[in-house]
Amino acid sequence: MNDAAPLLEVEDLVKHFPVKGRGLLQRATQAVQAVDGVSFSVRRGETFSIVGESGCGKSTTARLVTRLLAPTSGTVRLDGKDISTLPERQLRPLRRDVQMIFQDPYSSLNPRHTVGKIVGAPFRLQDVEPEGGRKRAVQELLSLVGLSPEHYNRYPHEFSGGQRQRIGIARTLALKPKLIVADEPVSALDVSIQAQVVNLLEDLQDELGLTYVMIAHDLSVVRHVSDRVAVMYLGKIVEVADRDDLYEHPRHPYTAAMLSAVPVPDTRRRTERERIRLQGDVPSPIDPPPGCRFHTRCWKATEVCRTEEPPLVQIGPAPGHLAACHHPEEK
Amino acid sequence: MSLMTPTSPEASRHTGPYLQVEDLRVHFETDDGTVKSVDGLSFAVEKGKTLGIVGESGSGKSVTSMAVMGLHTSKNARISGSIKVDGQELVGAPIDVVRRLRGQKMAMIFQDPLSAMHPYYTVGNQIVEAYRIHNDVSKKAARAHAIDMLDRVGIPSPRDRVDAYPHQFSGGMRQRAMIAMALSCDPSLLIADEPTTALDVTVQAQILDLIRDLQREFHSAVVIITHDLGVVAELADDIVVMYAGRKAEHGSAEQLFGEPQHPYAWGLLGSMPRFDRPPTERLLPIKGTPPSLINVPEGCAFNPRCEFSSRVPGERCVTDRPEALDAGGGHRVACHLPTAQRRQIWADEIAPRLA
Ligand SMILES: Nc1ncnc2c1ncn2[C@@H]1O[C@H](COP(=O)(O)OP(=O)(O)OP(=O)(O)O)[C@@H](O)[C@H]1O
Ligand SMILES: Nc1ncnc2c1ncn2[C@@H]1O[C@H](COP(=O)(O)OP(=O)(O)OP(=O)(O)O)[C@@H](O)[C@H]1O
Ligand code: SF4
Ligand code: SF4
Ligand SMILES: [Mg+2]
Ligand SMILES: [Mg+2]
Repeated sequence: MNDAAPLLEVEDLVKHFPVKGRGLLQRATQAVQAVDGVSFSVRRGETFSIVGESGCGKSTTARLVTRLLAPTSGTVRLDGKDISTLPERQLRPLRRDVQMIFQDPYSSLNPRHTVGKIVGAPFRLQDVEPEGGRKRAVQELLSLVGLSPEHYNRYPHEFSGGQRQRIGIARTLALKPKLIVADEPVSALDVSIQAQVVNLLEDLQDELGLTYVMIAHDLSVVRHVSDRVAVMYLGKIVEVADRDDLYEHPRHPYTAAMLSAVPVPDTRRRTERERIRLQGDVPSPIDPPPGCRFHTRCWKATEVCRTEEPPLVQIGPAPGHLAACHHPEEK
Repeated sequence: MSLMTPTSPEASRHTGPYLQVEDLRVHFETDDGTVKSVDGLSFAVEKGKTLGIVGESGSGKSVTSMAVMGLHTSKNARISGSIKVDGQELVGAPIDVVRRLRGQKMAMIFQDPLSAMHPYYTVGNQIVEAYRIHNDVSKKAARAHAIDMLDRVGIPSPRDRVDAYPHQFSGGMRQRAMIAMALSCDPSLLIADEPTTALDVTVQAQILDLIRDLQREFHSAVVIITHDLGVVAELADDIVVMYAGRKAEHGSAEQLFGEPQHPYAWGLLGSMPRFDRPPTERLLPIKGTPPSLINVPEGCAFNPRCEFSSRVPGERCVTDRPEALDAGGGHRVACHLPTAQRRQIWADEIAPRLA
């Protein structure tokens, strides 16, 4: 195995969900183009974040990478091995190496299982006997994520949203995976626990050489944790860059709009800041606009934007800073 | 927004705060003991104003909002104190009175959109049903209204998506659908529990604008619960900081962000990554773990984690529970440190650390 090779390589990934049409056309099926030609690679030990409008396909991408979903087309290579077409029964080793932290801490925990059973499930499923026994391992995991070992016999409904998310994270860490795909891992947590979890994820990364694909809406958190950041819009990556390049020199207008909308904890800033408010029609992934998919809301759009899709290409001096725009920002 | 104006038999003649919560306690009996989720909480919200509630996860924010909405129906819940909406007492009121209020005067955006939406009914149907319970309109009109509401919260091609099931929506879309459901009856009191955590910042900005619009248009009272101090800084007039089921600090947004005075509030500010400052190596979480609500620490609930308790003479932090007292200008702080000393600590030790 080559350590310099990326751990994860995603190429031209596509996922379309068929949906029923309306009325007379009921049977003519259309498709939600949730993910439509996404390519990126993630280096070993790095934190790669995906941000973007809600509904743009981030969770779907995460579910494809972890093979909770099978792609319509495209490849996903983990450690050089194509996993996109593996049949369900060959996925067991993958389920150990790749773990997912979910966005929704409610639906991802079985309400009838105790916390101990939930967090210990990976041990059972993969037939692992940790040193000192499963119960102790689970209790250690619970304290690792800021819960108390006495929670072992309690049920998910007895916990707050944030506490439930920590239960999910504890479960994820049980088998010390190579790649963790975290879909909004800290958005349900208050800032103090969030800081603990972020620090914890960073420590685990250092100790165990973990690689993270992180999905988050909180751009302050993303800036703190990421090495590189990709911005998605309507099923496509529109910009990807090293963290500082992206935050300091956003090239794609959508990225610029997003960064301008981050709320800042300072009442004096209420009036000072200039926020780019997106106008225009929010397009549908069932029938995405031709050309640049952002053109219906972009204040810089010209004729070429409505007809030609801009390719994702290197822009500006920073290596690896790619953007898909005919008229990129210059800052 | 809506064509219907909810008519209430006892139209508002009440003056004073629209929502008044006094000494609210919500306790749950469990096998391990009594969970004191909310333990003596008071606040008020006037019409046209927004109150932000922030605080540790598990500090009782959602339990408080569910109590206001009359949604604690489980047998092990004990509620005491007073919750008045438009002058009407809800604690101890018959279920149907509360239910009627819930459709006509108050609505809630839940933290957890999946559990608030039924998986087997389409999103559109659920909005239609919610709307028709309290508004006597045809199915067709209600459906048109539902599509209109989905459009207002920014669901693309709402006409096509109205018949989708919740699982076919992304997390953020579900959240918006639920917001559409809550806003469809133009509530006078809106409680929004983490309304935007599942949303990207541009949609978040849009939803916050929508809540502001609602407030301007209908002069609603709004309670917004969130972990995002940025969101409360943008939206709230007043802010309550909760810790372990009680109020640690309560003041105007300007007071809270300009000169926060409770050590727990300082901890919160120190632990968040700041977008408006250069990135730091490491975040500074508050040390220790959140308190058990079964065995709440004696004295000040924050004392096991507080780095300033040693500056309070005697053992008061571990023996006396501090009340939220006025520290000037209506800024209430539940801490034994004298106000002058707190201001000093903020200016000399905390503010420089955050810059
Ligand atoms: N099972 C499904 N059937 C039909 N459409 C789906 C399904 N799952 C997702 N979609 C659609 O695919 C698109 C992308 O959804 P996805 O959950 O990936 O978005 P997201 O970027 O994670 O959004 P959010 O930030 O709101 O979580 C959305 O339009 C969604 O409605
Ligand atoms: N039905 C119940 N039985 C026992 N304990 C409960 C019950 N409902 C809530 N609790 C407890 O009450 C406390 C407060 O919960 P609540 O949901 O209000 O927290 P929160 O402040 O909203 O947190 P978060 O920010 O994580 O959503 C938690 O410790 C929770 O475990
Ligand atoms: S290609 Fe055109 S429409 Fe698309 S983001 Fe760039 S300027 Fe805007
Ligand atoms: S009362 Fe004591 S323990 Fe509580 S916040 Fe103040 S100094 Fe800290
Ligand atoms: Mg998602
Ligand atoms: Mg809550």
